[in-house]
Amino acid sequence: MATQHSRSSARLMMAPAVVLLLGWMLVPLTMTLYFSFKKYLPLRGGDLGWVGFDNYARFLTSSAFWPSVQTTLVIVGGVLAITVVLGIFLAILLNQPMWGQGMVRILVIAPFFVMPTVSALVWKNMFMDPNYGLLAHLWKLFGATPVEWLSQASLPSIIMIVSWQWLPFATLILLTAIQSLDSEQLEAAEMDGALAHKRFAYITLPHLGRAITVVILIQTIFLLSIFAEIFVTTGGAFGTKTLSYLIFQRVLESQNVGLGSAGGVYAIILANIVAYFLVRIVGKNLDA
Amino acid sequence: MGRITLDKVSKSFGDVEVIPPLDLTIEDGEFTVFVGPSGCGKSTLLRLIAGLEDITSGQIRIDGADATNVPPAKRGLAMVFQSYALYPHMTVRKNIAFPMKMAGIDQAEQDRRIDAAAKALNLTDYLDRRPGQLSGGQRQRVAIGRAIVREPAAFLFDEPLSNLDAALRVGMRLEISELHERLKTTMIYVTHDQVEAMTMADKIVVLQAGVIEQVGSPLDLYERPCNKFVAGFIGSPKMNFIEGEEAAELGATTIGIRPEHISISTTEGQWKGTVGVAEHLGSDTFLYIHSDVSPSETMTVRVDGEFSARHGDTVYLTPRAERIHKFGADGLRIE
Repeated sequence: MATQHSRSSARLMMAPAVVLLLGWMLVPLTMTLYFSFKKYLPLRGGDLGWVGFDNYARFLTSSAFWPSVQTTLVIVGGVLAITVVLGIFLAILLNQPMWGQGMVRILVIAPFFVMPTVSALVWKNMFMDPNYGLLAHLWKLFGATPVEWLSQASLPSIIMIVSWQWLPFATLILLTAIQSLDSEQLEAAEMDGALAHKRFAYITLPHLGRAITVVILIQTIFLLSIFAEIFVTTGGAFGTKTLSYLIFQRVLESQNVGLGSAGGVYAIILANIVAYFLVRIVGKNLDA
Repeated sequence: MGRITLDKVSKSFGDVEVIPPLDLTIEDGEFTVFVGPSGCGKSTLLRLIAGLEDITSGQIRIDGADATNVPPAKRGLAMVFQSYALYPHMTVRKNIAFPMKMAGIDQAEQDRRIDAAAKALNLTDYLDRRPGQLSGGQRQRVAIGRAIVREPAAFLFDEPLSNLDAALRVGMRLEISELHERLKTTMIYVTHDQVEAMTMADKIVVLQAGVIEQVGSPLDLYERPCNKFVAGFIGSPKMNFIEGEEAAELGATTIGIRPEHISISTTEGQWKGTVGVAEHLGSDTFLYIHSDVSPSETMTVRVDGEFSARHGDTVYLTPRAERIHKFGADGLRIE
């Protein structure tokens, strides 16, 4: 049978990719699970044997755990809200015919090409520095005392930096969605007596539903694991310690691989909980 | 009520004048069809009346009141778009209810009008479906339903049937004509299909390059086209035009004769020719004839379905003298 042959050869040809992907995922996952049940202190005696669920209990009861979960969720939620709202706004603006449209679009997309480490450094030193940052100068211009952004408003600052990075992504996706909106629909709504804000609410926004879903799902995946922005700016101080940053500290600063691995497993669980609710809330937009 | 008057209305896009100043009156209750080739400005004219485009100069009056600067929603006109422009995320019921919801009409009245429109348009069973689950003809009816419930002063149709297949088009044509008979509301209908224009209109407005070539009833236009363009555009198949000696004899630059006004014989007649392609439609046969009278174009002749002619046969054509249209050097009709 030709189909059977082609099916088995298809399997054979897919095998390397599948094996590679499985290995890529399974090996680290297994190792994380393996270490999470061990007391493993590389600089203080190495592998000190099995400890059961000790690491899990210790990670959960540590005073840093729940605040870190909260910080993670606040950052993810804040960035999502800012990027989606501003993204829709920018997409609508960029969709208007104007002079130099191509150039403006490239400029808007540019922040996405800046590496997280670099953009965090730029924000930290050029904008948010209380002595010579741009924002400090602006505050002084109006006679106000410059804000020490990264210590006094650390969480909003990080949300701002990360939003700046991800806004282009949201704008881009939403812009392409807006461009696919049939202009006759808007004209029909106009003839039907819908004013601009109602046309937005009843026609444009529902049309964007699917694109917004995509933006939220993809951004959530990446935002749950942001690291560079925190490492470069606050180093996890001033209440900016996310779950992934806490795990990093446990493994590399405390040199406790077992405890960090247990935290990694919690991170997987958190990501799955978030994903479950997200898919429940917005995933139905992807049907039909 | 819906008497629409255009007074020296013109439209330019930048430096390009797509509609030079034109005057037109559409009487209350009239079914008016704008017809013309692609790009003649008929859709633009409709959009100017709808208010979707601003006019460059002139005045639009609806029932005597100046509507030139009135926003589209306040003009009391309803439009059916070529793409139907249904709202894909709303059910049929919500689509139809949308203009009433925007106007703040109370729920009981909304339901009454929706039910009436659904019954009239055969949509009762589809009210809870979404546009994506409907066929082309059903979508068309939803678009019309959305227009009806507003109880507008006039309906504007922008090539509403061009996305339908041929059989459905004939059906919808009848339905729209039927609707007009029932509602007696002014309707303005844009099409490039002269068959639609002929069959539906009370009044046809023939446009070319933004200029009105002729306004009149379908039979007026058919029997007394005021120039060569209208003569060639109205009627199917197209009128045959003959230039040169034959025309000069009758004191014209060009004479026109419709395919149905030529009699054909295998033995004798005024013009000699050879049969080219024959199109058999059953009831009629269209013969394309090569003749020295009209060397540049084949002549079309309509004969009975029974008439048998083969490719290459010699035939003789005789035009009916009283049906010959004469046009001068400027293309205008000569009486």
